[in-house]
Amino acid sequence: MTTNVIEEQPARVGGNYQDRFSYDNAIVRDFSIATIVFGIVGFLVGLIVALKLVFPDFLGFIPELSYGRLRPLHTNAVIFAFAGNAIFVGVYYSLPRLCKAPMFSKALSKIHFWGWQAIILAAAISLPLGYTTSKEYAELEWPIDIAIALIWVVFGANMLGTIYKRRVQHMYVAIWFYLATFITVAVLHIVNSFELPVSIMKSYSFYAGVQDALVQWWYGHNAVAFFLTTPFLGIMYYFIPKAANRPVFSYRLSIVHFWALVFIYIWAGPHHLLYTALPDWAQSVGTAFSIMLIAPSWGGMLNGLLTLRGAWDRVREDPVLKFMVAGVTAYGMSTFEGPMLSLKNVNAIAHYTDYIIGHVHMGALAWNGGISFALLYYIIPRIYRTKLYSLKLANFHFWASTLGIAFYVLSMYFGGITQSLMWKEFTAEGFLRYPNFLETVTQIIPMYAMRVVGGLLYIIGAIVAVYNIWKTARQGDLLADEEDQAAPLLAAPRGEGLHRWLEGRPTQFALLTLVAVLVGGVVEYVPTMLIKSNIPTIAAVKPYTPLELEGRDLYIREGCNNCHSQMVRPFRSEVERYGDYSKAGEFVYDHPFLWGSKRTGPDLHRVGGKYPDSWHALHMQDPQATSPGSIMPAYPWMMEDRLDYSLIGDKISAMRTLGVPYEEGYENRAAADLEAQARKIAAGLTESGMDISYDHEIVAMVAYLQRLGTDIRSDSVYAARHAKVTTRLEQGSGFDALYALTKPADLAAGKAIFEAQQNLCYTCHRNDLGGQVGPNLTDEYWMHGCDTGQIMTNIKRGFPQKGMLPYGSGKALSDEQLHQVASYVLSMRGSNPQSPKAADMTRANPCSSDTW
Amino acid sequence: MYKDVLRSIEGVEMYPIISLLVFFAFFTVLIGWFFLADRDRLSELAALPLDTSKGEERDDE
Repeated sequence: MTTNVIEEQPARVGGNYQDRFSYDNAIVRDFSIATIVFGIVGFLVGLIVALKLVFPDFLGFIPELSYGRLRPLHTNAVIFAFAGNAIFVGVYYSLPRLCKAPMFSKALSKIHFWGWQAIILAAAISLPLGYTTSKEYAELEWPIDIAIALIWVVFGANMLGTIYKRRVQHMYVAIWFYLATFITVAVLHIVNSFELPVSIMKSYSFYAGVQDALVQWWYGHNAVAFFLTTPFLGIMYYFIPKAANRPVFSYRLSIVHFWALVFIYIWAGPHHLLYTALPDWAQSVGTAFSIMLIAPSWGGMLNGLLTLRGAWDRVREDPVLKFMVAGVTAYGMSTFEGPMLSLKNVNAIAHYTDYIIGHVHMGALAWNGGISFALLYYIIPRIYRTKLYSLKLANFHFWASTLGIAFYVLSMYFGGITQSLMWKEFTAEGFLRYPNFLETVTQIIPMYAMRVVGGLLYIIGAIVAVYNIWKTARQGDLLADEEDQAAPLLAAPRGEGLHRWLEGRPTQFALLTLVAVLVGGVVEYVPTMLIKSNIPTIAAVKPYTPLELEGRDLYIREGCNNCHSQMVRPFRSEVERYGDYSKAGEFVYDHPFLWGSKRTGPDLHRVGGKYPDSWHALHMQDPQATSPGSIMPAYPWMMEDRLDYSLIGDKISAMRTLGVPYEEGYENRAAADLEAQARKIAAGLTESGMDISYDHEIVAMVAYLQRLGTDIRSDSVYAARHAKVTTRLEQGSGFDALYALTKPADLAAGKAIFEAQQNLCYTCHRNDLGGQVGPNLTDEYWMHGCDTGQIMTNIKRGFPQKGMLPYGSGKALSDEQLHQVASYVLSMRGSNPQSPKAADMTRANPCSSDTW
Repeated sequence: MYKDVLRSIEGVEMYPIISLLVFFAFFTVLIGWFFLADRDRLSELAALPLDTSKGEERDDE
């Protein structure tokens, strides 16, 4: 019936000349193998990173296998290696058949195939090694970026060449989607990859801060649109009619679908940046266009599903249709959910949470994965001239994958919303209910575990599919060159309406598509670059010191941005938790921006000055030591590896080229400045009992973290609050001559305050008061006096230079509470804690107070 | 650097207006085409992937 194995037929139209030619099935097979291999690899890496969120020490703490480096490998593998190769399977199979012409050049096909696989290999090696730009789905460094551009052009040339040689006047709608894919991805990739190389595997983004974020999410959003949507829609428009053996429901609708989608999609990128420091008008444009997108997306979905009208019985039996229907339905769900998430009030709850991870996996697993497997189930038996090896196994695959998706997506929805609500909950007194971020993480770990189960089910299904496909290929034999014939194309008819004229002219068609795509880009992005008032500059914001810059590069290398945002949104809950909300002007020297898109850990934009240096060092070495229950990976190698700052001069010069105001000649003094700052930090760490030499990576990392967000805070909120407390204390409201409380109720209350998670006393002094970063509180040596009133004053005033903030972590305690907690501390004298910290005899004195 | 180049462009307020006009024109043309397109030809085009030229029967006809 619909088999493509063509028997020799006499020309149908009496006497008319028919060209004979053949389709290259070998290249389709090659791309199919690549799809399968990289699919399994990408899924497995996904499973590993999912497991790491449940068991942080899974696979140990090896730099190349740490979460921050593997997550980009997972996303790149499934997007560009799995889905990418699947796209090429679809295009190399359907395009020649729609054009009635073989692919333009077998040589180009081969270059495309091997070039693309080489790029994937380069990514698989460079990402675990820490070579990354940090920009999501564009992490690969500049030499690989150039290779991608070249190979992409090879693909485009091969495709356009085929279209030019076609024997069918009209370009079927699937071809439009393929063309739009080629053109738009080329534009997106080139614009987003503007970067200035510093060395062979290190570059800095051409854009900074807000502009970098805008370009990145214009790219990120449209990578979803033009890499994971349009090519798969093209595949849908070819393969659903083929598999159902009936034409598409409405060709008219497919044309409207195409133009509306291509025209609108490009505008919606800013919905990834709602409530950030992006100018408000750009956020609103993003939201409006996202809502509009529902129309073409659902038009397309319905067009695909309604093609099956009258053939629904076949969906029961045919795995191809089954996966297609589930995939197209998931497309409909995702494209409804997407616009809803673009509404600011919904976005406020969902953004930065795992809800978004659920959202993308609904699309990735069901739509991209489903269509890809449907494609393989359709093509492999045909090019191997046989039937699918086992319908039963294909059905098992379908159910394993569907159940897996349900487990995955539902657990992420549930976990995401739970965490978001916990982030935002206030007590009746107006304090955050869960001031310790960690509580909101440990709460959803069961959901992370459930996600692992879902992912595992999906992978089991995929492995069964691979077996089934392999067996199918084994039982048949490949028809490498499939013959066909068609009449040569006569000159194109003229004067029959604009669109008809256009449909036959690939060049003009491609150009018009380019214009449709660029309109959105130009209108939305040029003004942001243009109007100075969009990015108010802040005088207090200064470029990073050389050491901080190196620390920032380490932050990028380790992929910290995969779990930590640097963008405090203007919500009361976030300002309470993190500090003053982020301003656009604070990021003007950030090449690239590091706002992040997910908060598996807390936001870090205001982390500077919040903890002592030694806390950060200890936390990086062993997160569980400072934050019991933390799922952050440890970075022991940063304590041992020496910082390579041989490039610091070049980095400073590169930054100056990009517009960062380092003075002329500073590149020559940068190394000396770096060493001086590093020695100072290392000296402080040594003082706190950590033996770290100045030239270790951790020192640069600490320097960067302590700098974060302090430019505008040092002279405002933080300092003001500290000054107020100090003044009040100096004006005589200190606590003189108080004796310690002894009633059990008071001591119990003091203990509760000390151990309360929001007060964070334990992170430095430990719950048994034995000391860790901070001193042991149970011995007789004290640095700042030991009478009750003095201890209360110290708690209230804090020692910000050393990292102890006023009122512990910043929560006000009443005088009575201060008295209780100080009394509790004193009651613990001589309690013999486990592994007590030795007293620093250069600063501490034996206690001699009579109120002790 | 490039920011200064772009900053020198005048009349940036025109961008939103241009975009509205382009948008309006684009979809007006699309709607016009939608109603004017030839039904028979469209169903011919829709059948392109099905290889009816080779004389195969479609099972819904």
